[in-house]
Amino acid sequence: MKLGRQTVEFEKPISIECAYSSVGKKEADGPFGNYFDKVFDDELIGKDTWEKAESELLKETIISLMQKNKTAFSDIDYIFSGDLLNQCTSTSFAIKDFNVPHFGIFGACSTFSEGISLGSFLISGGFAKKVICATSSHFCTAEKQFRYPIEYGSARCPTSQWTVTGSGAVILSDANKGPFVTHITTGKIMDLGVTDANNMGAAMAPAAADTILAHFKETGRDEKYYDLIVTGDLGSVGMKLNIDLLKKEGIDISNNYNDCGNMIFNQKEQSAKAGGSGCGCCASMFCGYFYKKLLEGEYKNILFVPTGALLSPISALQGESIPSIAHAVAITM
Amino acid sequence: MGFNITNKEYNQKVKEASKNSKLFLDVILAFTVGGIICVIGQIVLNILKMFNFDKETLSSLVCVIMIFIGSFLTAINIYGDIAKFSGAGTLVPITGFANSVVSSAMEFKSEGIILGLGSKMFTIAGPVLVFGVISSVVCGLFYYLYLLIF
Repeated sequence: MKLGRQTVEFEKPISIECAYSSVGKKEADGPFGNYFDKVFDDELIGKDTWEKAESELLKETIISLMQKNKTAFSDIDYIFSGDLLNQCTSTSFAIKDFNVPHFGIFGACSTFSEGISLGSFLISGGFAKKVICATSSHFCTAEKQFRYPIEYGSARCPTSQWTVTGSGAVILSDANKGPFVTHITTGKIMDLGVTDANNMGAAMAPAAADTILAHFKETGRDEKYYDLIVTGDLGSVGMKLNIDLLKKEGIDISNNYNDCGNMIFNQKEQSAKAGGSGCGCCASMFCGYFYKKLLEGEYKNILFVPTGALLSPISALQGESIPSIAHAVAITM
Repeated sequence: MGFNITNKEYNQKVKEASKNSKLFLDVILAFTVGGIICVIGQIVLNILKMFNFDKETLSSLVCVIMIFIGSFLTAINIYGDIAKFSGAGTLVPITGFANSVVSSAMEFKSEGIILGLGSKMFTIAGPVLVFGVISSVVCGLFYYLYLLIF
């Protein structure tokens, strides 16, 4: 059922049947290291290029997810998956042997909730019974594409974020097994003119705030309804701005709010500057940490709002501002 | 929906929320590490002086040796780590230049020897070459005019 302009409420909530996360060594050394299902100590994951390594990371994550849930690929109706690389090649190579109908999607760091949104719509509409939603990112492939070669000696500015080497995947289904997706609020492109590609949290904060605001208005819920509101990868700078923007609209989320990018690293000790980012950041945090906490009953209602900075290396060099988006997923145990 | 905030106001907020680099500490570190690299260059020069090379050969030899050190440290993944601490200090011309070329070559080797390594090894160093050549031509021109007049 459509509520307002951006939100959909599912008459029968969609089950997140299973979740699986994989990360690299730096992420495993972070404060949530114990929660991730699999850790790859080798940055290259036994491959000879960074790009192949990222594909392998995603492939391994999806295969492990299937083994964990004891499901065969023949039972999966669709895969929604994406990553940060040009033309989403990590995804295409990772899933080419699975023989499952596939939609490749791009929403930068918001890709994970974009996948969950689309998958949930399909299941709710009766077009699918089981859908996989997965994303990945790799520090080295992202550096190579968006910044400098890995061994180039450059300093990072305090607002820059560290791309997470990680991947997360979930199986959505029409089963009666919690946690459930109850609402989706689809974001609009927001752009308040931030041009600094080293401050993506600042560029994305308005998108997060806008989507959260729309979600509250259209569902009639407020910040107190949720045990936790968790945004994608705003990092420490974007988090502050998001809280500020919502405060101006009369909503104070500061008591039950956190951000995956802000959580995944010990920012000072691990020199991650403003925190983590990348499609794999909120995906691995959700599948590794939040999913388990939902199952354990520590959280009952979560508003999960991954955010994406939709810039390209070309648009950044041409001095364009950074358009951003955020999709909210309301999850109930 | 949209917020009651203009781009200008928001960018002002962003500025306030974003920490700047610690300028004083960064400058000291850059000066120290950059200085150490130059001292190493001077030591190499002084050692080579004992072998009675002429002046031009000497400076070429020092360059070659410093380029080698920069490249070698890049190849064994150490130069980048030093740069993390020292910031601009490791940018000092010869070793920083070697680092920018070698790191690009390493990174893009996977796209092939010619179109990967060959064409992309100058992605960072390229502009330095172009504008270095242009500025030396301009300086040369001024020098020529100076000689003509005086």
